[in-house]
Amino acid sequence: MVAVYVIIGVVVVLLITFWILYNGLVRLRNQVKNAWAQIDVQLKRRHDLIPNLVETVKGYMKHERETLEAVTKARNIAQQLTSAGAGERAKAEGELSSALARLLAVVERYPDLKANQNFLALQEELTSTENKISFSRQFYNDSVLRLNNKTQMFPSNVVASMTGFKAGEFFEVTVAAEREPVKVSFTE
Amino acid sequence: MGALLILLGYFLGLYFFDRAIAGLVIAILVWAVLSLIAYFQGDSILLSMSRAKKIGRDDHPRLYNVVEEMKIASGLEKMPDIYIIDDPALNAFATGRDPNRASVAITSGLLQKLNRDELQGVIGHEISHIKNRDVLLMAMCSILLGTIVILAWYGSRFLIFGSMTGSRRSSSSGGGGGAQIIILVVALVLMILAPIMAQLIYFAISRKREYLADASSALYTRYPEGLASALEKLGASTGQLKSANKATAPMYIINPFRKRGMKAIDLTSTHPPISERIRILRAMAGASFGDYDQAYRQVHGGKGVIPASSVVAETVPIATTKLEGEAGEPNEIQRTRETSDVMWRLSNYNTITCECGAKLRVPPNFKEPQIKCPHCGRTHQV
Repeated sequence: MVAVYVIIGVVVVLLITFWILYNGLVRLRNQVKNAWAQIDVQLKRRHDLIPNLVETVKGYMKHERETLEAVTKARNIAQQLTSAGAGERAKAEGELSSALARLLAVVERYPDLKANQNFLALQEELTSTENKISFSRQFYNDSVLRLNNKTQMFPSNVVASMTGFKAGEFFEVTVAAEREPVKVSFTE
Repeated sequence: MGALLILLGYFLGLYFFDRAIAGLVIAILVWAVLSLIAYFQGDSILLSMSRAKKIGRDDHPRLYNVVEEMKIASGLEKMPDIYIIDDPALNAFATGRDPNRASVAITSGLLQKLNRDELQGVIGHEISHIKNRDVLLMAMCSILLGTIVILAWYGSRFLIFGSMTGSRRSSSSGGGGGAQIIILVVALVLMILAPIMAQLIYFAISRKREYLADASSALYTRYPEGLASALEKLGASTGQLKSANKATAPMYIINPFRKRGMKAIDLTSTHPPISERIRILRAMAGASFGDYDQAYRQVHGGKGVIPASSVVAETVPIATTKLEGEAGEPNEIQRTRETSDVMWRLSNYNTITCECGAKLRVPPNFKEPQIKCPHCGRTHQV
């Protein structure tokens, strides 16, 4: 009789543990999904802002045709790759980031542009979108790390392999230029 | 702290009504009513008491963006409401009973003083109070403390009043003088000690949460220097916040109650000493909780402050690239103009910028169709 109770007790404890671990995994997976959606929103926002920026800046920057074209080109490539995988996409967006950083760096040479209210508002939006992209990427990567730890570490790895949880893919910056601070030279 | 409240109620009841239960019922009733009010209405009461004004994205895009950035970095699901308090003192607080109904408030003075990185650090600190659910914990603790203070205060007034008229003594002195005096002494001691002890407990909780919020802010921004330099500016300020009171003090980023004209550095009590918070942030080798814990032990000694469960062995590098950097960042004068424009607009004033550079603030009850610039004499349509 006692043995039956012990077995029932063990089974119940196992079931509850399974339940808690499984829910934890689902919560993390949803968090990863949400974080990915957030990156998507911000990247799209940046794609929408760029034509505006180029339009505003064009009149002032007669001598920066190449810089402007590089930004537009990088933006178009990045927009075409929106449905590609995380790795490929990160590369295209990284290119766009560095093209934009180059553009915002040369703005220093145009005092008229810096007095333009429209441009200042756009610059604030763009700077903030840049930040939001890196913060959402940061949160996404933290969530992926946590999910991956859970799917690989005991005891949740047992539940994960039974219910088919897969490790997530990190959103890494692959362009070296973005990692380094932009060099701005004030001496002409 | 709950036990303190019960003890105080017990002895007050014993003294005033000859029955412990009456005091207990009063104590618990006061506490329950205050808690319910705080839970459902606390944030709106706090915000209206500090005369905070709600802003939208267009009122102050930079502040709105910084809050949204921190919301994303912390993984908060809903965007908190943003309020500005029109006060030159430097302070900020977060409120709301759960992460889905939260608000962040900042004084206009702080908004003018801080650059973008520093603002990010401060907002990160406030958002992590929301994320860690400190707001509700602190609100409940402050209600308990508030109840103890109220009971002790009224108890002591009744005691003085009662002994002056002598009516209390004559009606309840049937049980013999000795026991009466002992109860009186215990009630007196408790009335004096309870608020002090409650305050001490409250401060201990509050400080721990402040350290945790600092660590979270560093983790979210990946840039501890931002918060450190903001705290430096906050610590050097001498202004007192007009609209704060004792119960709301722990909600602010630095203690609003220091003596008028005194610097905030090291005189704080609900908050850890600012200089120490700065030193810890600057001693961080990386931006993770583990790095903060290590820096804390290095500066402060003893055990760490971060709960062991949240310390993960991972390296989080501190960001060096700051895209907003020098380019396009408004300086303090521009920030001051920007903030005062927002404050005028929030009071329904119409701002007209004249060609001569003067700004005309047209009050909401101004009825004339035209207005003349007092500086150069041009007329403007209202």
